[in-house]
Amino acid sequence: MTLFFNKRDLVVPGDLLAEGDYELGENVYRIGDKIYATRVGLFELKDSKVSVIALNSFYVPKPGDVVIGDVVDIGVGSWAVDIRAPRLAILRAVDALGKPFRPDKQELSRFLTVGDTIIAKVKAYDRTRSPLLTLSEPGLGKVTSGRIVRITPSKVPRLIGRKGSMISMLKRETGCKIVIGMNGVVLVRCKRPEDEELLVEAIEKIERESHVEGLTDRIAMMIRRRKGLGA
Amino acid sequence: MELKKPPLIDDEGRRLDGRGPAELRPLHIEVDVLANADGSAYVEQGNTKVLAAVYGPKEVHPRHLGLPDRAVLRCRYHMAPFSVKQRKSPAPSRREIELSKVIREALEPALFLQHYPRTAIDVFIEVLQADGGTRCASITAASLALADAGIPMRDLVAACAAGKINGVLVLDLCDIEDKHGEADVPLAMMPGLGRITLLQMDGMLTPTELKECIMLAIEGCKQIYAAQKEALRERFVRIRKEVEEAEGLEPAEGGGEA
Repeated sequence: MTLFFNKRDLVVPGDLLAEGDYELGENVYRIGDKIYATRVGLFELKDSKVSVIALNSFYVPKPGDVVIGDVVDIGVGSWAVDIRAPRLAILRAVDALGKPFRPDKQELSRFLTVGDTIIAKVKAYDRTRSPLLTLSEPGLGKVTSGRIVRITPSKVPRLIGRKGSMISMLKRETGCKIVIGMNGVVLVRCKRPEDEELLVEAIEKIERESHVEGLTDRIAMMIRRRKGLGA
Repeated sequence: MELKKPPLIDDEGRRLDGRGPAELRPLHIEVDVLANADGSAYVEQGNTKVLAAVYGPKEVHPRHLGLPDRAVLRCRYHMAPFSVKQRKSPAPSRREIELSKVIREALEPALFLQHYPRTAIDVFIEVLQADGGTRCASITAASLALADAGIPMRDLVAACAAGKINGVLVLDLCDIEDKHGEADVPLAMMPGLGRITLLQMDGMLTPTELKECIMLAIEGCKQIYAAQKEALRERFVRIRKEVEEAEGLEPAEGGGEA
């Protein structure tokens, strides 16, 4: 049992992380008893589980995830939605309307059309088929106002923070409404444009500096200082 | 009639650009140079300059090209019209199509393609300036662009050529050495795993010379590999340093506000 890195060390694909009887976490793989990194990220060890917290990644859908996507096509009884995953997601009319859909009587484009942005939940995905979305839950549906910020999906947990500490701090300090899609698309709704500017700047800072310790304090400091200057 | 070959190595064993036989050209690597691609990298190896961009994994178009059990890796190696002395037609040549395939096959073993069925990963390689060793520089750049796009990899792929000029075995041939030399052996590998993913030979070598060339190229790949890892880390290390420096100033500013 040997470890070749310390916690939070920066690793790149192909780095030999550990040798021996460890469990495999995210972004690692094993050859014999050697464990290697598959992505650029931070080395992590919890109990005996070796993993890498990715700094660059793409979104892989998981059932239950709330995502924000754009409608890109209208099919016979469904919409195709770009949720920044490897595959286009499908939103069936039943899952959007909550009742059976009659193609002979209704027009899908009356509800959602190409170019609309929606907040949806991933209903099913098994990576051999396209992900299925649903809107049949409160809080889901068409986005009518706000601003979209895109970040790397692997940094969503940092934006939320431990037990939601980061996101509640952002909401409290700026007074804005924030919806985070697990696919790295963030919707912010603010009353004042200055708050919006500040919040977007803070989110971009979180994405850029997520691998440096003391992130929450740094962001809180930045917001307070900026608000102090504005007053 | 025999063509008179120019001397490629002087009496002191120095090459045309002053290098020793087992020396690489000056290497410069940058990662994340293009905002619109999912991942990108830029590699300069001497006068050879190569840009690589990666998109994906994404939906396959046209649909029928998708595979039910794994992702398709698509590579395009392309030389810019201004990359060579005489303008090159921008249309893909036979050579470029072949190199695209060879580069694709050198990269494939590093990826977990079976994890992403019915999707495509696109790699675009643009040779901006060619001075020998473009396929190797392309592989070096493309593997970095893949890592930058966040695509899981077994290891980075590093590539380098070795060859024979004026009877001497040398590392990392430039264009003149390649054209007037006796042999050229491009090699790509995953140095961390000790696996070779590309091995070609052009010219004449004895079996022992070939073995020596391979050993030489492997040594070159290891040096390039170290530079690749350094380049991938560079951006994050830089941000960390910037933040720490800013933090060093913080107490003074905070004191002012209070």
